[in-house]
Amino acid sequence: MAELVAVIASTHHPFYYRASTSVGPDRPPFADEWVRKIEAFRATLTRAAPDVLVMVGSDHFHQLWLDNMPQFLVGKAPMYDANFYNEEREFGLPRMLLKGQEDLSAHILREGLDAGFDLAFSNELRIDHSITCPIITLRPEADLPIVPIYTNIFAPPLPQPKRFVQLGGAIREMVESWPSHLRVAVIGTGHLSLELGGPRQFGPAGPDPEFDRKAVGWIAGGDIEECLGQVSLESLHLPGNATHGFMDFMLMMGVAGGGRKADYVDTYDLFHTMEAYFTWYPKGVPA
Amino acid sequence: MSKYLLNKFLYTVDRDPDLVERYRTDPAGAVARWEAEYAGRLLNCVGDEATTWLAFDDAERAALTAHDYPALFALGAHPFLTLTLFIGMFERDYPEPLGFQHEYARRLSHMTLPYPDIAT
Repeated sequence: MAELVAVIASTHHPFYYRASTSVGPDRPPFADEWVRKIEAFRATLTRAAPDVLVMVGSDHFHQLWLDNMPQFLVGKAPMYDANFYNEEREFGLPRMLLKGQEDLSAHILREGLDAGFDLAFSNELRIDHSITCPIITLRPEADLPIVPIYTNIFAPPLPQPKRFVQLGGAIREMVESWPSHLRVAVIGTGHLSLELGGPRQFGPAGPDPEFDRKAVGWIAGGDIEECLGQVSLESLHLPGNATHGFMDFMLMMGVAGGGRKADYVDTYDLFHTMEAYFTWYPKGVPA
Repeated sequence: MSKYLLNKFLYTVDRDPDLVERYRTDPAGAVARWEAEYAGRLLNCVGDEATTWLAFDDAERAALTAHDYPALFALGAHPFLTLTLFIGMFERDYPEPLGFQHEYARRLSHMTLPYPDIAT
């Protein structure tokens, strides 16, 4: 069977690419430290030596739209074009082309449906920065085949937080039951407290540092039950109007498993958001 | 009232460079033309299959025509869609980094929790 070699949860800050590649007076003062932290985080994936990446993210109204909105969607395609015009415009993100791992996509769809998750699928998916940001930060060679999994954290009505945790647990089981010799990493990105298009946006820190502090503690400690006890679809409005993206972190806690402490934790307090980086090694820290 | 149609305007304009520039420079003309020609377009169907019943109400049309993003927020338009499109149109007019984003937050500073419902 396939081996789950790393579980990684991260914020996805679309400004990282521009900040890290800018030079001279355009380079923001926080860029050098940010790059240092990202390179250390990247090493946690590299040392796991994965062959395949399962990438959990959320389409930001790029391909998926309100006329036909899936809650959870699995890409199944041989290739994925990536990034959209408005992401080039606003963030300077490059167009990308990633390989797909269709056998694992098919396995997750079949096993997921049979396990009670009515997963939507797409055979022609253009992925956006929720997946390309972690490719850029964690695997900039963009050389490994992926299975993209999209969640709806954006367009209410949303699934309940516990459903994200449950799907995370199911993804872990499905990866570990995949008849393959390949090494798989599951990488998911979301947000801590975040406000977009509201009065608390783009402040000197994230909109709710106290929520961020608690959230980092839940994730780092694998405290799924405590997190579920304090987070609801209603409560997530309070830390910031885009904080439902935290549910993708909850999904990743489900992949890692309840009570499982992260093997690597780092944060970076930036303008606008708290960045947070977590890695678990289900089979122990690689040599 | 159609939060869905407001969002459809923001979504379809934001993804099309020509529509972004047209809406920036001639908002009244762009909104009128969009409502006449684009509002009913079902995005993955041929033109003959257009939706027949979608229309803005007066407050929605006025907010879009005035580039009034605080009004769009109050009407329950999706904040991410509004923000992204308006950054695309107006960030260029502010010399300092995040200047428009900070102005945007300031103009919404009268809004308190709970924010208007964005469910469609």
